[in-house]
Amino acid sequence: MLGYLIRRILAAVPVMGVVALFVFLLLRLTPGDPAAILAGDNATPEQLDRIRTSLGLNEPIYIQFYTWIAKLLHGDLGVSLISNKPILEMIGPRLEPSISVALATIVLSILVAVPLGVIAAWKHGTWIDRCVMGLSVLGFSVPVFVIGYVLIQVFAIDLRWVPVQGFKSISAGFGPFFERIILPTCTLSFIYVALIARMTRASMLDVLGEDFVRTARAKGIGETGVLLRHALRNAAVPVITVIGSGFALLISGVVVTESVFNLPGIGRLTVDAVLARDYPVIQAMILLTSGIYVAVNLLIDLAYTLLDPRIRY
Amino acid sequence: MTNTNSSNVVLDINNLIVGLGRKADAHRIIDDLSLQVCEGETLCLVGESGSGKSVTSLTTMGLLQKGTLVPSGGSVKLVGEELLTATDRRLRQLRATRMAMIFQEPMTALNPVVPVGRQIDEVLRAHTDLDSRARRQKILAMMEHVRLPDVERIFSSYPHRLSGGQRQRIMIAMALVLEPKLLIADEPTTALDVTTQKQILTLIRDLQRDHGTAVLFITHDMGVVAEIADRVAVMRHGRLVEAGPLQDVLRNPKMEYTRNLLSSVPSLVPRPPRPETKEPVVLEANELSKVYRERSLYGKAREVAAASNVTLTLRKGRTLGIVGESGSGKSTVARCIVRLIDPTSGGVRLAGREISDLSRRLLQPHRQKIQIIFQDPYRSLNPRVTVGESIAEGPINYGMPRKDALARARELLELVHLPPDAISRYPHQFSGGQRQRIAIARALALDPDVLVADEAVSALDVSVQAQVLNLLDEIQRRLGIALLFITHDLRVAAQICDDVAVMQRGRVVEQGPAAEVLTNPQQAYTRALLEAAPGRGWDFANFRPVSESALATA
Repeated sequence: MLGYLIRRILAAVPVMGVVALFVFLLLRLTPGDPAAILAGDNATPEQLDRIRTSLGLNEPIYIQFYTWIAKLLHGDLGVSLISNKPILEMIGPRLEPSISVALATIVLSILVAVPLGVIAAWKHGTWIDRCVMGLSVLGFSVPVFVIGYVLIQVFAIDLRWVPVQGFKSISAGFGPFFERIILPTCTLSFIYVALIARMTRASMLDVLGEDFVRTARAKGIGETGVLLRHALRNAAVPVITVIGSGFALLISGVVVTESVFNLPGIGRLTVDAVLARDYPVIQAMILLTSGIYVAVNLLIDLAYTLLDPRIRY
Repeated sequence: MTNTNSSNVVLDINNLIVGLGRKADAHRIIDDLSLQVCEGETLCLVGESGSGKSVTSLTTMGLLQKGTLVPSGGSVKLVGEELLTATDRRLRQLRATRMAMIFQEPMTALNPVVPVGRQIDEVLRAHTDLDSRARRQKILAMMEHVRLPDVERIFSSYPHRLSGGQRQRIMIAMALVLEPKLLIADEPTTALDVTTQKQILTLIRDLQRDHGTAVLFITHDMGVVAEIADRVAVMRHGRLVEAGPLQDVLRNPKMEYTRNLLSSVPSLVPRPPRPETKEPVVLEANELSKVYRERSLYGKAREVAAASNVTLTLRKGRTLGIVGESGSGKSTVARCIVRLIDPTSGGVRLAGREISDLSRRLLQPHRQKIQIIFQDPYRSLNPRVTVGESIAEGPINYGMPRKDALARARELLELVHLPPDAISRYPHQFSGGQRQRIAIARALALDPDVLVADEAVSALDVSVQAQVLNLLDEIQRRLGIALLFITHDLRVAAQICDDVAVMQRGRVVEQGPAAEVLTNPQQAYTRALLEAAPGRGWDFANFRPVSESALATA
């Protein structure tokens, strides 16, 4: 197991290397002079020259890549072109809102979606099943921002249960923190619940047709035992896979949700950077999200081995 | 029915009707079935696929899919207690305590993600108040009772770590741990090799003798019936054809259907050998080997020899059988010869031309000389392509105009005794036997010199099996084709092969004329295989034991 873990982490190195190369080339291969892109339309030749020297653009390209990677490995993500602040410092305080909402979404979605999927599969073909599937289609088809605004209108403006927008750190107390992330979490959960519930139902339906489920019933085990002890664990692998690949969905969802709820998270930072063509920040954000994605996939592969003893690496 | 003492009847099924759906006029899957199983008795329920054997057992257990199959009449009584009207709760209480069931596929019948010991433990937790230590002791004792080795290790093993036979022993331990009155065994040995099958049948017999369990044993295999039954009940289309003590049914079957069923069972005594021929050799395998290497990115490589140094010769118009248990490498050899997989070393000569080292492209013209038929006719035909297209595809690939190819397909369908209109229909519109005929027609479409049949009749009912074997025989006589016949079934091999090669763990252990190898085996392994063949004491087709047949022919 430990050997497998080490092998998998080693295998992630080339993946991240390719991502880094791509991110590096992103700026170098964009048509035109990177310095001119960075400096904007009204730059003087002296300014361009200064940017070129500071970015090392006069060096051969492989030297540039080497220095860039070396800095990266030392935690130096560069400096924002707009605010002139080190990017690491810009990202730091913005991680909490994003990670809070993302984790809360995953937890909430799993808690809601897995039971829904299990019940839908158990009551396959009945009105309960059709309701769950109908909700799931709704969750897929309504855009995230629409759900966000509807929730704000109902719970923040009409009922006044929670603040409309903004964020309070958990260090300021759980109450204020919780009431500000609950709506963004619900918003983001919609599509995620739809995805996971659908997959859970399909996977459970497959498993409920298996011989060992019949064996469990033949042993005189009650329905709850059959569903949870025998079926669900076997149905878990595809569900976990979807939870993992749905993470990409979550990252893009965070961007929209943070704009709707005015959360100072990394999604907002990314949007601002793209609008301002702040290339070093964009690069850092791509690296960060790819890193998270690779890490999540690693965790999911590890979860497989815990769930299914037949999977051994 | 029979004069059984009513006091010790364990399972009593009377006039049972099971319909497809709830409507009163629903199609009847079980139609007016009555049978009894007494304490200490084994009743074999025999019939071909679709005869309703499994539905009968699932009805008894209360495991029918709700709403799809509905018992609409009659009664099923377990030690006097009516089961059809019992509540779900009561049925759950009865399962594993009064009645238990073991299933056909030990590979899929156990939960793959739970250690087997815990799966047995569940039965005890659901039905007893024993503490965990008492439960564990009881389970280990039971596991020893079903003759599992190293019970402590197996207790905490996952199913995929165990062999098929071991898993079936776990199933039996699970079924019998609470000493139920009734054991329903639904084809429990069908998926096992003959030697394992023999062990499991002996085990069930012994346990039954020790505990006085009533056994309802469902099977399609007359050989197994002869081994284990006290009484036999024959089913067809959901109805009882006839029932009676084993000797009566095997010796004096009263009904036409039973007679036909018994006559279809191929004999273990090889058919009279055909004269040796001087026809040219069409297929030769020389020291053929296939080694699988498992390699991981950073790990060490592991080697498995699926076939090693296999040498075979096949002449025009002859049939060579490769027999062996699962994992013996017989299918690997077949696939290497057809070049569906590439042999690691050794040679294959097809009509005098070495083909083992040809590239895919250079191999192309030789492919039409050798064709293969697979085991499962339900999966080997593309469901979205019409039968005619499937058959014609080969010739079209080799440049035959489409019109001619379809005309040829029509001729071939006639050759395999299918109606000409079959050409525009789809595979799902045919039965298993018909599909296998289509697969044969497809293989013949390219006029091959050699036809490879990989367990081609194993998935078929005996009566259909007999028809397909006759068809292959007829085709061989008419077209002079050479047949390489892969099978695990010695009865089938005895009836179709001129020569036989016995394989074990990738090697040919014995090879020679079928009449010699199967009557006077030289190797211990071949002898063990023959001895394990169920019902070898019976000459089913002549309704008498083999010893009497020998007297009759002497």
